[in-house]
Amino acid sequence: MRIVVPIKQVPETRSVKMDEKTGTVIRDGVESIVNPLDLYSIEAALILKERFGGEIIAISMGPPQAATALKEALAMGIDQAILVSDRAFAGSDTWGTAYVLGEAIKTIGDYDLIICGERATDGDTGQVGPEVAAHLKLPVTTYVNGVNDWTDGALTVTRLVEHGEEKVSMQLPGVLTVVKEVSDPRLPTLDGKIRARETIMPILSFDDLKLDLKLIGLKGSPTRVVKIFRPKVTRECEIHTAEDEAGVALSVERLYNFLQEREVV
Amino acid sequence: MSDVWILSEQFNGQLETVAFELLKRAAVLAEKKKSRLCAVQIGAELPESELNRLIECGADVVFAVEAPELKDFNPEPYAACLVDLIEQYQPEIIIAAATTTGRTVMPYAAMSAHAGLTADCTELDIEADTGLLLQTRPAIGGNIMATIKTPECRPQMATVRPHSGRPAVPQSGRSGELIRIKPNATRLKSQTKVIGFEAATDELLLQDAEKVVIVGRGIKRAENLPLIYELCDALGAALGATRDVVDRGWLSYPHQVGLSGKTINPKLCVSIGVSGAIQQLAGMQTADNIIAINTDPEAQIFKVADIGIVGDLFEVIPALIEKIKNGELSC
Ligand SMILES: Cc1cc2nc3c(=O)[nH]c(=O)nc-3n(C[C@H](O)[C@H](O)[C@H](O)COP(=O)(O)OP(=O)(O)OC[C@H]3O[C@@H](n4cnc5c(N)ncnc54)[C@H](O)[C@@H]3O)c2cc1C
Ligand SMILES: Nc1ncnc2c1ncn2[C@@H]1O[C@H](COP(=O)(O)O)[C@@H](O)[C@H]1O
Repeated sequence: MRIVVPIKQVPETRSVKMDEKTGTVIRDGVESIVNPLDLYSIEAALILKERFGGEIIAISMGPPQAATALKEALAMGIDQAILVSDRAFAGSDTWGTAYVLGEAIKTIGDYDLIICGERATDGDTGQVGPEVAAHLKLPVTTYVNGVNDWTDGALTVTRLVEHGEEKVSMQLPGVLTVVKEVSDPRLPTLDGKIRARETIMPILSFDDLKLDLKLIGLKGSPTRVVKIFRPKVTRECEIHTAEDEAGVALSVERLYNFLQEREVV
Repeated sequence: MSDVWILSEQFNGQLETVAFELLKRAAVLAEKKKSRLCAVQIGAELPESELNRLIECGADVVFAVEAPELKDFNPEPYAACLVDLIEQYQPEIIIAAATTTGRTVMPYAAMSAHAGLTADCTELDIEADTGLLLQTRPAIGGNIMATIKTPECRPQMATVRPHSGRPAVPQSGRSGELIRIKPNATRLKSQTKVIGFEAATDELLLQDAEKVVIVGRGIKRAENLPLIYELCDALGAALGATRDVVDRGWLSYPHQVGLSGKTINPKLCVSIGVSGAIQQLAGMQTADNIIAINTDPEAQIFKVADIGIVGDLFEVIPALIEKIKNGELSC
């Protein structure tokens, strides 16, 4: 089974700061990591390779430093990595990203499966997976929490939906997006790290991909961020102290009234 | 035409509540744009009485795209049907729920239609001078909010989280047009097929629950959980937990709420013995109403709560359970 795993490098969300004056996000000096949810798609690919054999190719679109994220994937056991990088790609929204990624994946040749993470912790949309599928005219199964079988060209998976767990059969080639329940990601190995250092990583640019300039970057992206602001995290918290029996009784009385006011009991 | 559409969903032949939540939100947009409000329902055939509920709740037009092959959600045919409708009727705006279905069919269709799509909006509005849809959503783990516009491409598409608003109330006798559509067989082809289904256990329902109780390490040991279960029963709430509770093995991972667990957006969230670490808050701070109970008056959780009780949960919770139970009897 030949598997492509698109991974994204994201800022460590805990350390993201806001410029209070301009209302923009300060990314300088913020540590970058592999999108935590992409570790699960890497793991799912590794499990499939262990069961069915084959090869795994990680691909990432981003600035040159996104190579670090790909190295980490290699250290976990991925076979090959491709960086898709060009200034012209900057400012792409999920549509633009999916278009570039889709076109880059076409250069890989035959493959059976593309496995995406559920969502990236920075953009936080979860749209790129289904969009890549749509661009490549492939079927997609989202929110996959387990992969069962691969027979007669069809992959049987389970997916978590609102009302329970669905079992789906998908004719390959196709796209999966996986959730955390799929399996715990393994740690990079020493061997893997050495291999990662030695692996030569091709870089695909705008010219390599022969893309339509109108469809990439800010220009090709339908959506525009027009304002960024800090949410009001602080609510007007009404505090009651329940130190003694009377305090407990009063607090509970107030809690109950609150529940009634807000129509939740 | 400048219609505003919502994408309705059904389960087992019944419309989902979220369809009516969408109608309520979209009605405001249609009103501001002075346009029609339309509902799209893709699936196997539904009875007219069921589809009429969409009209009673605000839809001027219902497009029911129906075929036996559409009984289960399959992304390709659902998206193909939606794209065909878009091409035929050229709506300005399409709003869907940020459910597993909405979050799959919307990007698939948006890609094919070269439309802009914004996920998980918490606020939608119409810009006065341009008539454009203003889509506001949390970003970067809820640390910031972003407002997004789609200036040129059409339609302007967005998903909103279920339970992030009240459903529309039916007005009996309200009239509208029901258009049943039989899609072309070529559009029903699918490389995926649903071959089985297992109904969820309680813990998996957490994400969808209207009320959630979250327990933190303040509960001290697993043996104390029955008290919390009793509160959940009294409130009709699902049970969530912090990572500390899950790491200690007191509850299983599907209960975890936060950055590395589930994001929930219920009408009520009761946090008990939870300190309110930013990674935990990221999973629940958009709840409509938040109650916090903690012994530490400095706990971060109080910063996002509407009402906070500084006190021992082992004293407050039994009294609260008692109160709710008695309250119900006197109702
Ligand atoms: C990358 C990353 C991801 C993370 N993801 C998550 C996540 O998804 N979900 C998550 O929950 N955490 C997550 N965490 C961990 C998070 O930072 C906190 O460590 C965790 O949320 C703390 O859990 P807690 O509130 O239960 O425990 P504590 O911080 O120990 O708080 C317990 C609270 O209980 C109160 N208390 C004690 N006794 C009583 C009593 N008798 N009555 C009332 N109150 C009492 C205490 O005052 C205290 O405030 C993540 C951390 C990292 C680094
Ligand atoms: N720039 C990118 N490069 C590679 N993969 C990406 C990129 N952006 C998104 N993805 C993939 O799409 C998934 C969903 O991302 P998103 O739609 O941005 O939340 C991620 O988990 C990745 O698998």
